[in-house]
Amino acid sequence: MFKLEPRPEASRFWSLASPVLALAITVVLGVILFVALGKDPVRGLQVFFWEPISSGYRLGELMVKATPLLLIALGLAVCFRSNVWNIGAEGQFVLGAIAAGGVALLAGKDTTHWIVVPILLAGVLGGMAWAGITALLRDKFNANEILVSLMLVYVASLFLNYMVFGPWKDPAGYNFPQTKTFEAVTQIPRLFKGSRVNIGLILALLGVAGLWVFLFRTRAGFAQQVGGLAPAAARYAGFSSRKALWTALLISGGAAGLAGGLEVAGPVGQLTPYIPVGYGFAAIIVAFVGRLHPVGMVFSAILMSMFYIGGELAQSRLGLPKSLTGVFQGLLLFTLLACDTLMAYRIRFLPAAHAVKGA
Amino acid sequence: MDTNSLALLFASMLNSGTVLAIAALGLLINEKAGIVNLGAEGIMLCAAIAGFATVVHTGNDWVGFAAGMAAGGALAAILGLLVIWLNTNQYATGLALSLFGAGFSAFAGQRFVQDKLPERPHFNIPLLGDIPVLGPALFRQHPMVYLAIALVAWLMWFLYRSRTGLVLRSVGESPESAHALGYPVRGIRLAAVVAGGALCGLAGAYMSIIYTPLWVEGMVAGKGWIALALTTFATWRPARVLLGAYLFGGVTMLQFHLQAIGVEVPSEFLNMLPYLATIVVLALISRNPAWIRINMPASLGKPFYPGT
Repeated sequence: MFKLEPRPEASRFWSLASPVLALAITVVLGVILFVALGKDPVRGLQVFFWEPISSGYRLGELMVKATPLLLIALGLAVCFRSNVWNIGAEGQFVLGAIAAGGVALLAGKDTTHWIVVPILLAGVLGGMAWAGITALLRDKFNANEILVSLMLVYVASLFLNYMVFGPWKDPAGYNFPQTKTFEAVTQIPRLFKGSRVNIGLILALLGVAGLWVFLFRTRAGFAQQVGGLAPAAARYAGFSSRKALWTALLISGGAAGLAGGLEVAGPVGQLTPYIPVGYGFAAIIVAFVGRLHPVGMVFSAILMSMFYIGGELAQSRLGLPKSLTGVFQGLLLFTLLACDTLMAYRIRFLPAAHAVKGA
Repeated sequence: MDTNSLALLFASMLNSGTVLAIAALGLLINEKAGIVNLGAEGIMLCAAIAGFATVVHTGNDWVGFAAGMAAGGALAAILGLLVIWLNTNQYATGLALSLFGAGFSAFAGQRFVQDKLPERPHFNIPLLGDIPVLGPALFRQHPMVYLAIALVAWLMWFLYRSRTGLVLRSVGESPESAHALGYPVRGIRLAAVVAGGALCGLAGAYMSIIYTPLWVEGMVAGKGWIALALTTFATWRPARVLLGAYLFGGVTMLQFHLQAIGVEVPSEFLNMLPYLATIVVLALISRNPAWIRINMPASLGKPFYPGT
């Protein structure tokens, strides 16, 4: 038996070591899973951790997937640091995609490239509006933000379906539920030839710097976080919890909406029912594994993106279902939460006799 | 609407409400012991595929239900061990379980997507089932529908009339006092979490074996989250959970019936109804904090670790 002894202060060592340990345990569980499925575990690990970084093109694809994950996670970190449990980033992403897609559909062939600015702004506003519903219901009615934001994910997906099956369906699309392909001018500028990496990556990295300054160098960022750590202290200092709630949800909704806009006007180029691919949920894991720290989340976004590409490769190379991605993502969050115990507690192993008394 | 379609609406409302009722009653047991289980959605998904796969192999529904319950209990036990023994955050851990469950069920269920179960035998209580209108509505249901009602009755007795129920509630209200009295708080909480998970598992298995009956990725479609909202809606009273479950079952079914009678609203908007109803109801109920607080377990969501 063991007993947890609270540490006087959270361990700095374990706050960095715990994600590494969690990843190691996830890898071990992955090896066990591969063996259980009768697949070569070495080949399996190669597919997940080597192939995604093995060529320039693959690295580009890694960035294409890491960009939305990072953007959404940056916003979620503001929420989670303020103790606002926004679980509905997926819905905010979808609304951002719909709003941005709407502007892109309006664009004619003769518009200038500056059209991407209103497209992305529409994405941000769409995501903000969707998160704003959650903020409003929490603020005015005290409704649980976890459940409200989650229900709104289903509503957002159904709304997307309505648009692509209904008013926005491409008349020349052989009855497929999709909009017409956006005009070429609406394409988000790419950074390199021969790769789908676009300016979204730069925006995400600017977001990293911006979040770092906001959280650690501004009074507003400080006030934002105190309520999450010590509500009583925040009240005493006169920091408004309502303001913190709205700030957190609008920032994270805007970030998720921007990611949605970048996605549809970038790699996808049209609206389809398959726009939501779970980035909003995976970003929750990115945020936690990255320690809600802007720089940490860069690493975890890349890691999570590897899982996505690994899942796709596992399908073609090993004949395993693509949903293996979700299994590994979930496992990683599980093991991380367990390992995080080491930050706040020291584990003391007790002799069996004591254990009975201690339990 | 004529009487026949009304009977049909009523029957389907009971059927669809049963899934929510069983899951929500399980979550109620969890929450009475002080633990919030945000993993319900993932548990139901894994139990749905576990139950479905078992029935495909054995052909016996009841073995399938048992498999669903076992899967649900086992997954909930993981959550329980993490939040009760390692003091992890209950929200984050539950969320991890939901994400894992969604991925794992899709992974495990890949092979079963094409499978179909043979036609279910038609249940009919003799005599009662032949009453016009009422008969088809009330007495031609799967036994699980009646089991859900019995479960509520039992839970009301268990929580408020039995000694064990009192101990369970004390663990959720004030774990410190229960610990001081010598009750094994962590053991009781784990038992409650496993029992609750098993019921969520039963609800998931009922969905894939009887309610749909087939396996589709993500088929639980938010019912786990709605069940979670139901415990708040019912302000933690078993009878109100049942009532709320039928109400939401009715909303879920209304969409099909509205379509059938030719209401000119796009189906996507009708499909939004259960989710929108959940949001509206949550907002209305939560509006009055006093109303919520009367029956809410005082230590809900708070960690307890003896000797710290």
